[in-house]
This record gives sequence, structure tokens and C-alpha cells, in this order.
Amino acid sequence: MKREAKTKKAVQVAIVGGGIIGTLTARELSRYQLDVLLLEKEAEVGWGTTKANSGIVHAGIHEDPGTLKAKYCFPGNQMFPRLCEELDVSFKQTGILVVALAEEEMDMVHMYYQRGLERGVPVRLLSREEVLAQEPNLSEDVVGSVFAPEGGAVMPFELAAAAMENAVANGAELMTESPVIGAWVEGEKKYLETPTHIIEADVVINAAGLFADEIARMFGDDYFRILPRKGEEYLFDLELAGLVNSIIFPVPASKISKGILVIHTADGNIMIGPTSDNVPAKDDLGTTYSGFERIFSETRRLVPGLDPRKVITQFAGLRAASDRGDFIIEFSPNVPGLLHLAGIESPGLTAAPAIAADVPKMLEEQGFKLTPKENFQPRREGVVRFRQLSRKEQDELIRQNPAYGRMVCRCETVTEAEIVDAIRRGARTLDGVKFRTRAGAGRCQSGFCQPVIMEILSRELGIPAEQVSKRGAGSEQVKYEAKELLGKGVS
Amino acid sequence: MLKRITCTVCPLSCEVVLEIGENGEILSLTGNKCARGKTYATKEHTAPERTLTTTVKIKGGVHPLLPVRTDQPIPKGKLREAMLATADLVVEAPVKMGDVVVENFLDLGVNLIASRDLDRVE
Amino acid sequence: MRKLEVDVAIIGGGPAGLAAALAAHDQGAAEVLIIERNHELGGILQQCIHHGFGLHRFKAELTGPEYAQRFINELKDTDIKVLLETMVLEVTKDRTIYAVNSREGMLEISAKAIVLAMGCRERTRGALRIPGKRPAGIFSAGTAQRYMNIDGYIPGRKAVILGSGDIGLIMARRLTLEGAKVEAVVEILPYAAGLARNVVQCLEDFDIPLHLESTVTEIHGDDRLEAVTIAKVDENWRPIPGTEQKIECDTLLLSVGLIPENELSSGAGVELDPVTNGPKVDDTLMTSIPGVFACGNVLHVHDLVDNVSKEAERAGAFAAQYALDKLPAPPRRIKVEAGENIRYVVPHEISLERPVEFFMRVQRPEADVYLDLGGLRRVKKPFVRPSEMLDITLSVEQLSKLEGDTLRVRIVSGKEAGVDA
Repeated sequence: MKREAKTKKAVQVAIVGGGIIGTLTARELSRYQLDVLLLEKEAEVGWGTTKANSGIVHAGIHEDPGTLKAKYCFPGNQMFPRLCEELDVSFKQTGILVVALAEEEMDMVHMYYQRGLERGVPVRLLSREEVLAQEPNLSEDVVGSVFAPEGGAVMPFELAAAAMENAVANGAELMTESPVIGAWVEGEKKYLETPTHIIEADVVINAAGLFADEIARMFGDDYFRILPRKGEEYLFDLELAGLVNSIIFPVPASKISKGILVIHTADGNIMIGPTSDNVPAKDDLGTTYSGFERIFSETRRLVPGLDPRKVITQFAGLRAASDRGDFIIEFSPNVPGLLHLAGIESPGLTAAPAIAADVPKMLEEQGFKLTPKENFQPRREGVVRFRQLSRKEQDELIRQNPAYGRMVCRCETVTEAEIVDAIRRGARTLDGVKFRTRAGAGRCQSGFCQPVIMEILSRELGIPAEQVSKRGAGSEQVKYEAKELLGKGVS
Repeated sequence: MLKRITCTVCPLSCEVVLEIGENGEILSLTGNKCARGKTYATKEHTAPERTLTTTVKIKGGVHPLLPVRTDQPIPKGKLREAMLATADLVVEAPVKMGDVVVENFLDLGVNLIASRDLDRVE
Repeated sequence: MRKLEVDVAIIGGGPAGLAAALAAHDQGAAEVLIIERNHELGGILQQCIHHGFGLHRFKAELTGPEYAQRFINELKDTDIKVLLETMVLEVTKDRTIYAVNSREGMLEISAKAIVLAMGCRERTRGALRIPGKRPAGIFSAGTAQRYMNIDGYIPGRKAVILGSGDIGLIMARRLTLEGAKVEAVVEILPYAAGLARNVVQCLEDFDIPLHLESTVTEIHGDDRLEAVTIAKVDENWRPIPGTEQKIECDTLLLSVGLIPENELSSGAGVELDPVTNGPKVDDTLMTSIPGVFACGNVLHVHDLVDNVSKEAERAGAFAAQYALDKLPAPPRRIKVEAGENIRYVVPHEISLERPVEFFMRVQRPEADVYLDLGGLRRVKKPFVRPSEMLDITLSVEQLSKLEGDTLRVRIVSGKEAGVDA
């Protein structure tokens, strides 16, 4: 489409990128009387780095002093219980253990403990016996540990989707499948071009994750680079639930990563990972043999009972690390009104609520007048999770809405009503339904329920099954109708 | 010329070796452990046959497709043609197992029959 | 909450559940109930539209739906109750079943006896840990079969199939007949895992290449599958560098094994066999929980539906006897042990009170051997292979000669057998 033919739209704040940073920022800004628009290139929010995140809410003891990571991590951690309660998002304060497997590693354990004390992070030193009492499946080699009880795990995709839903309920606007393909400045105004729209904005917030440097460069603002760093994760069958009760960190061997962890996810599965490998391409989302081997050899040192045969799925994500080695949270020195929230690598998820909460302050410092909305509603309409209800509650629910009596995903006990609700809230794809409801995320990996979910998506969205996709245009799952290929041959 | 045919009559899966003459005639047949193997290999060499199982579209049924099969095997070489012939077939629900969908399918002297009951959607 | 009381409750209305229900009914159980999650009976047979079912039972080559239809028709002439579109959420030790459907909400079903007949599920990509990206276009073979044979969709037009078990072979033919191209079937073993008949009729008939001792080592494509890399493997199933070959395709089907669906069983506390992933059962097919029986693919994965039906009929009949208080605990319990080259044997325990049909699989292929059942019976086998289940019966008379409290099942070489005999 020619630029002249595109729809023009003017807003006060345009956010580029619907990851955890963009969506939480949109929610924070929806507290004020502002036109806020979020542009997301994918079919749904939360599909980049956010989706493939380990989901750890860090305690705030790993980050080096003086960094923005340290500045935002612990305050972010402290915001999670209320945030997740308001947005009805799965969050478990499982606690974080950093475990020493040799005497010489105890120095680091003490260092983390001291750091915790200095920062006001609740921490305890645990003896070998105390650790093993708390985590009986840990290696016999454990020497001691520091325990941070307020660390935990969240479902990162769920949080991004919930934050966006709440922001929209409070007046923010979301445009999906809207990649920014051009950007420029004219006078005080900044412009963003998508395949269908030209957006005029007073402020542009660059929360484009892996592509934040490319968005900056479109504005002629070329002073940082995003260097993708891959992390592979392996998720276990719920059968292994309870193997660990918290999130287990080794004492890291290097400064670049916190090591490979054993994670008790917010949904109760055990997950192990991530690796930490610099990769050249921003679409290098493949898992590897070597990643699998490293992850298992590292984590089985911590928890010998991790059985590779019980893996149900694996995935890789790319951290949007900056060439500064720290977050970049600042107005561009070159383009007035362009706010970068970039280089948000670990502990970015934990820091995200604190970063988002800082954005209104940063706008005010730049002279923007923000007037709070009186009717801001911080709570998202609650989500029904059938599997978590009592038999009596389940029975009553089915009487109100028979679709709760139609079980779609048997592995995770997800009903048709929950899937329809997820679609009403913005799910457009098989992955979107899966991440919102867990339908298809279990041991059979959607072998049984995918055809049914496809039928529901097709019905609710009013599109043919051949247009139902895994994660947006191009990833349709079934390509042809019965008999369609007969007589046509294969090219 | 030697031709090897795996007998599929029973799980033993004998490899039957046929010596074939210039006009396609069988000169010798070895490797089979029983008489059924000889019958099978001879037939498989001279006029191989297969039962076709596939689906046809159905209107008003609880499923969009009806599974069907030929009630007798058809020449192996006719499978593709037979599939093409099913492409535009549409039957109407309800259907009972054994109902004839196409009589004398492709003039082969076999019928295409429904392989299950398929009710009308209410 | 609606409460029901029945004599025999059967969980699953596939081939095992159908046969068990009919047998329980024949045995005199008054209230027999089948609980089925789908909107129709027949289970996986309804999507297995190919023929080859029922050779043993009906002496005819039926398609899957035809095989199911015969049982469904028989059921229609009985007063067996069927709850369709009903999902069992929980089974308890005291034989209470919690299930939901949209018409009645939560059901609490008390059963005098329960037959577990939930079948199995397919192994997934995750379980194989195939490296690479995660595009659309990767299906377990059974899911693709359902799309093609029930729902009316074709996954793609250029496919690679990993695994040469019967489902993989059948799907190779099915895709080809519908106009797609199957570029390769890839098998990690040195021989095809499925029946020779299927290799001939599903692959050779259509010139589909079968790559043995090979596997898929990488998946390519961001949105939709674009290609897979396959490679030869060494004897430890590790890819051999330098043998990689990239095959363009938009569809990958995985036919790499089946796993009994025992989440409900283990929730109830039924003891499972780590080899079969199914319950441990005695010669009445009763599990470690009194009054709870198991049969079909939930007990162990079968090759032939005919055997499933046979096993399920026994389970259904014994369940009815239990419900009617006609199945006393046996005076003696004999352990059945898997000996040389036997991977597993079902049942796990016998009583000597009744004839027993044993089902078993070997660990590795062997030729010219004897199957030996505790020296009580010895049968010559021209060959044995892990992919083909062995099936043998001991009469009460044969069993009466057993000494000790263990029956050891093993494969013995022809030479050893010759010396013995």
C-alpha cells in the first residue's frame, strides 16, 4: 500500500512492541488521561522474548551494584504480588535457592547473602541439612545455600496478555499485525508507518525488544545495538511436579549468565534451562543437541532425578541484550520525545513493573502534564480456571454455562468455555489459546485437542480452518480441504 | 529376469523369488513356505490388486466425510483413477454401513460402499 | 451433583470399552455403563479407515469403522447405557468416578467394578527432543489421520514421516492417495517397524523411499515447516556427521510410539508397570485396586485390535463377576517374570485357577527360537521381533504342573531347546 493511501491516526503516546515492557507500560499510562496506542508486529502480544522467558521473578541478589538491573530488579519483585492479584495472573512465590555444590562456592553464597542484606532483600543462609530438608531431591553434594523466599515464578505470556487487556479496558488501544516499517520526525511530531497506517505521536516509546536498535535507527538514532542471546528450555510432564519446590540456581561459573536452573514454574511443571549463547540472527529460535546436553549435564548435578524421558516440550528464546551490558532506559539524546526501554535482558521480566511505573515520571520530567483518570480500573476481569475449582463449583459453573461441561484439553483439563473466553480476550491463534488457557500445553502436546481448538477458533473468529494458524499468518496448520489436491499433482 | 515379491498373506513375510521369461511368463517360483505364497506371488506378478479405502464428502452428516471402500479389490494400476473419481462425489446423510455409494465403480464390477453408519446431524 | 450407581462402569468407548461392556452384560451384570468423551463410540477405529482389521475375530478384512460398527450394532440390542461427550476427571480407590458433561454437569458414579479402557496417546516431538525451530506443520500421525479422515483437511502437500510403524506407513499411503507427495519415511531401526504388508502396500506401491537407520536431526522454517534434515545414525542412535540430507517439505508426521493413558489410573493409586506404562494386572485383568480392571491399549499397546477385543472381553466378564460377588480371591498367587529376551509379559500375576492367555514382547529380534513358559509349554517361533506381540495360552492342566511361586517366560535358542526337548 502506498504511504498516501494509509490511514492516518494521531495519538499522544505510541508504544512500539507488545512484550512485557510495552504492555505493562501501556497499562501504567492508561492510568492517565492520554491517548495511548501500542503497535505489535505479531498477531498477539507477548510473542517475542516474553513468551520464551523462564518466568522467574528474581529476588534481587544477582545484579551487580550500580547497574540499572540492580536499580529495577528488587523494586519490581516487590510489585509482583499485587500486580498479579490485580490482573489475575498465575504467580507463585516459590522462593529462590542459590546452591553451592562445593566448599569453594560458599564464598559466592555468602556474597549473595550480604548483598541481599544490604538491599533489603529477605534472605536466609541455609546449612546442608536445612537445604535438603526443604528440597529433598537436591544432590547429596550440596554444601549450603542462600534462600530468598520472595523470589518466584510467573507465567510471562499471561502477564503480558493480562496487562494489555487491562490497558485496553482502561482506554489504551492495541493494533496487532502492525510492524513498524518506517519512522521519522517532523517538527515536534514523530511518525510511525505500518503496512496499513501512519501514526503521528508526541512521544514514541521504543519497547521493541530484539528490534529496539532497528526502530531507533529508523529515527536516525544509532547509538546502541541489540545482541540476541539464545536460551533453550526443556519442560517436563506434570508427573515430575514436586521434584523441586522452589527455583534452584547453581553458583554461576561466569558473570554473563546466572547459570542453568531448575525451575518450578507458576503452573507447577518443572522446567530446566536456559542456555546462554550469543547468536548472530534475531530469528535463531532453534533448539540444539548441544543445548540439550549442556542443560541436562548442568542441572542433573543439582537435581539428579531429572529424567530426559519425561520432557514434553522444548523451546528457545532470544534475550534482547544490549551492547552496554545493561538496560537502556532513557530518552534518546538525539531524538526528543523518543524514549528507549531497550536491552531488557534478565532480570527484565522482574524489573518490568518497576520500569513501567517509572515511565510516567520520566514523561513528567520531560514536561508532559499527566492527569490521572478517576475511573482507572486496576483489576482485570477474573479468568475462570476450571481445573482449580472444587467439584461443587465446577458443577454449578456447568449449570450456568454448559460449555464448561465440554472438556477440550484432557491433559490440562481445559473446557470449551475457557477457550471461548480466551478468544474474547484476544486469543487469535492456537498458540494464543495455549498460552492463555494451557489447552494443548500438556503431555500429549495438543495431539488430541488441536482439531477441536481449531474448530472453536474457526467458529468464534468466523474464519475457515485453513486460516487458523499456530501463531499468525504463514503458520496455518492445515493447508488444504479434503480432495483439494486430487488431480492437481504436486509441483 | 529375477523378481522378488514379499508375500503379505501372513506375518512370516516370505520373500518369493520369481524367474520371469521374456514374455512375462513365470519360469520358476521359490522362497515361499506355503501354497498361499505361490498363489499370492503369481497374482501379484500377473494382476496385482488392492482394496481402495478412502473417504467421500457427505452432506448433512455428523462428520463432513464418510469412509468408504471398494467391496472387492481393484487392479492396483486403477488406484489413482479411482481416487480422482471420489473427488467430486457427495452423498447425503444418513448412511448405513454397507450402503452402496457407487455401483459398478469405474466399470470394474465392484461397488464403492460406506464403511460405517453416519447419522444426520439434528 | 447427580449421583449414579452401576454394577460395571467402563471408562472409554473404543474397541476395548465396547468389548468389555458387551462381555460384562453377557455375564449378567445388570447395570453396565460406558463413559465416552467423544460424541460417538468407536474410539480411534473411526479414523482408521484402512482395512485389515478383524482377520482373527471375524475372518474378514474390515476397515476400522466397520470393525467398530459391528460392536456398536451389537450394543444397540442391549440395555447397556452410554454417556457420550462425558469426560472422567477422577477415579478413586473406592471406585467412585467423577465425570462431567454439558447436559448434566458433574456426575458422581459409584461402581461395583470399573474397567479402565482409555487407550493410549502418541509420543510427541518433545519426547524425541528433535532440535530446531517450532514452525506449524508438525503433527503426530494420529492427529493428521484425524484431520484427513474425520475433519476433512489435508495437512500439507509435501510430507516426511518419521517412524515406520503401521500408523506412519498407513499415513504415507493416505497422503499419497489424496494427492500429497510423501518425500520420505525415516526409521531409526535397521528394519521397518510396521507389518511387511504395509511396507509393500503403503510404500512400495507408491515408490516412497524408506530411509532405515536414520532420523530427523533438525527442523527448519519460521512460520511453516520448510524442510527437515535427516541423517544416518550409529548403533547408539546418534546422528553420523556427514550423512545429513536436507529434504524440503511442509509437513512432518511423527509416528514414533504410543503411550498408555494412565493418568486416571495413577490418580486412583493403581500400580503401574514401568515397562508397559500400564497397570499391573492378574489373570482376571484386575489391577492392584480390587474391582478395578484394565484392558486394551491402556494396559499395554497392542498391534491388533482383535487381541484388544479378546482381552477386553475377559476384563469385562471378570468385572461383572466381581460386581456380582462371584470372583473370590484366589488361594495361590504366582508371579509372572520376564526372562531372557522378554521385555514384558501381561498378566503380571496368575492364580492357576483358570487358563491364561499371555501377551508379551521381546527385547530384540531373533530367529529360530522357542518361546518357553516356565517349562510348561514351549512353542517354536521362526522369528521374534519387538514390534510383533506374542500371544500364547496355558491351560489349567498345563498350569497345574507348575512348581514354586514364579512362572518365568523366556526365549530360548533352538539349540538349547533341542537339548532340553
